[in-house]
Amino acid sequence: MADAKIRIRDLRKSFGPKLVLDGVDVEVAQAESLVIIGGSGTGKSVLLKHVIGLLKPDSGTIEVDGEAVEKLGSRDIVEFRRRFGMSFQEGALFDSMTVWQNVAFPLQRLRKLSRQEIDERVKECLAMVRLEGVEEKLPSQLSGGMRRRVGFARAVAHQPEILLFDEPTTGLDPVTTALIDEVIVDLNDRLKTTTLTITHDMESAFRIGDRIAMLHRGKIIATAPPEEFRRLDDPRVQQFIHGQAVGPLSEEDPSREPREVGRLETP
Amino acid sequence: MTLRLPRPLERFFEEMGRYVLMEGRIFAWTPRPPYDWRELFRQMVKVGIGSIPVVFLTTMFTGGVMALQTFTVLRRINAESFVAAGVSLSMVRELACVLSGLIVAGRAGSAMGAELGTMRVTEQIDALEVMATDPVHYLVVPRVWATTIMLPFLVLMGDFVGILGGYLVAVPLMGANPVTYIDRTFQFMDLNDLFSGLIKAAVFGHLLAVIGCQMGYYTKGGAEGVGRSTTAAVVIASIAILISDFFLTRILF
Repeated sequence: MADAKIRIRDLRKSFGPKLVLDGVDVEVAQAESLVIIGGSGTGKSVLLKHVIGLLKPDSGTIEVDGEAVEKLGSRDIVEFRRRFGMSFQEGALFDSMTVWQNVAFPLQRLRKLSRQEIDERVKECLAMVRLEGVEEKLPSQLSGGMRRRVGFARAVAHQPEILLFDEPTTGLDPVTTALIDEVIVDLNDRLKTTTLTITHDMESAFRIGDRIAMLHRGKIIATAPPEEFRRLDDPRVQQFIHGQAVGPLSEEDPSREPREVGRLETP
Repeated sequence: MTLRLPRPLERFFEEMGRYVLMEGRIFAWTPRPPYDWRELFRQMVKVGIGSIPVVFLTTMFTGGVMALQTFTVLRRINAESFVAAGVSLSMVRELACVLSGLIVAGRAGSAMGAELGTMRVTEQIDALEVMATDPVHYLVVPRVWATTIMLPFLVLMGDFVGILGGYLVAVPLMGANPVTYIDRTFQFMDLNDLFSGLIKAAVFGHLLAVIGCQMGYYTKGGAEGVGRSTTAAVVIASIAILISDFFLTRILF
């Protein structure tokens, strides 16, 4: 792929004795939506955190627009991250701030906007995830699903060129899931945002992905557009798609499963 | 074969290294804009005003106990008249700052460990970084300077309250002469005694805040991890205060 926006080469990472990523190779094209699927604890979140430089690889490279993320110094990385929006598994909202302050945070920090422009954009983003009239609430006053949606609104607020979603729909009801999926597809189509989503929700994956990749045992074992992906004859892929309890994925050595996703280093 | 240090020693050096790095980041980020005056002020109120009652009670009763103890002992050698000087000098030079430091470590240092620890395990610190905000700049810098600034003020109040506590025991309870007592309180004291206590207070405030934040910042392992960080914030800060007190006393007097 010549015009890869994100290019990950032979990425390896272990936490202590646990090998989490064992040579990941994957590329995301400009304006493409790539979905990475894989079971719990296969290192999907770890992979995502490497892309934005929250974790540093043991070896291998991550390039964004040809720029090696792992080589960026602490000042450059701040600039680099302006181009990204990321939503976290549990929302990761700042619990001392109201919903409004949370969604406005990236706008105040990353863009020069007037108070009124910020207010409009916050309202627009909250409306996008069908949340209205919650601006003055604190995250502790919201349900888990609502917190997720606020986290999502915060990630897209400053209209970044690259969006990273860490399980954006896990644990949401099917209607809200479909809604979030629509928003992702829309951002991708309309604003030509490059998105990298990790999930284990297959329905979501098929809806939002231009391509789907499967991460297994620290490696990408398959990459294909949705329709093709569905027909792959890899038994591991088939077991995952169909959610079967018995199959090659279940015969894993449990000692390899990374339990704690470490956040040992800070750049 | 690589030689490994025993685990506790390894942990010690690991924490020391983190401490040095944290100090480095604090000093590097402090002069850089944007300056968050509101957050600094908020933390000053939280640490400073919030700690007034505990510091008041601690120093009041310590002053009282000092008077009781020295009175009993000094009477044996007919030197009761030195009670006032004993109370005031030990409060100003030593007790007010150490006790306030320990109390504030328990109150505010632990809160910093718990707050930052929770933010770490719920990925809020990652979220800050992702939004191009350095968490040390945003979270640690205001907490550390707020505590460094406020602790000397608390200690100044503690000095006064401690001396008052001693007075309240010596004069009404033990029957000391009020005029002589007040006279003796300040007879042997000079400004250096006061300032060295306040300098110590600033150092203790700085130490306890950095350690509290550091413990929180490097938290891992969910709710249990937050609990560990909170405990460590208090224990390590208390030990650091007591050890640094020795060296500061050597240098300052």
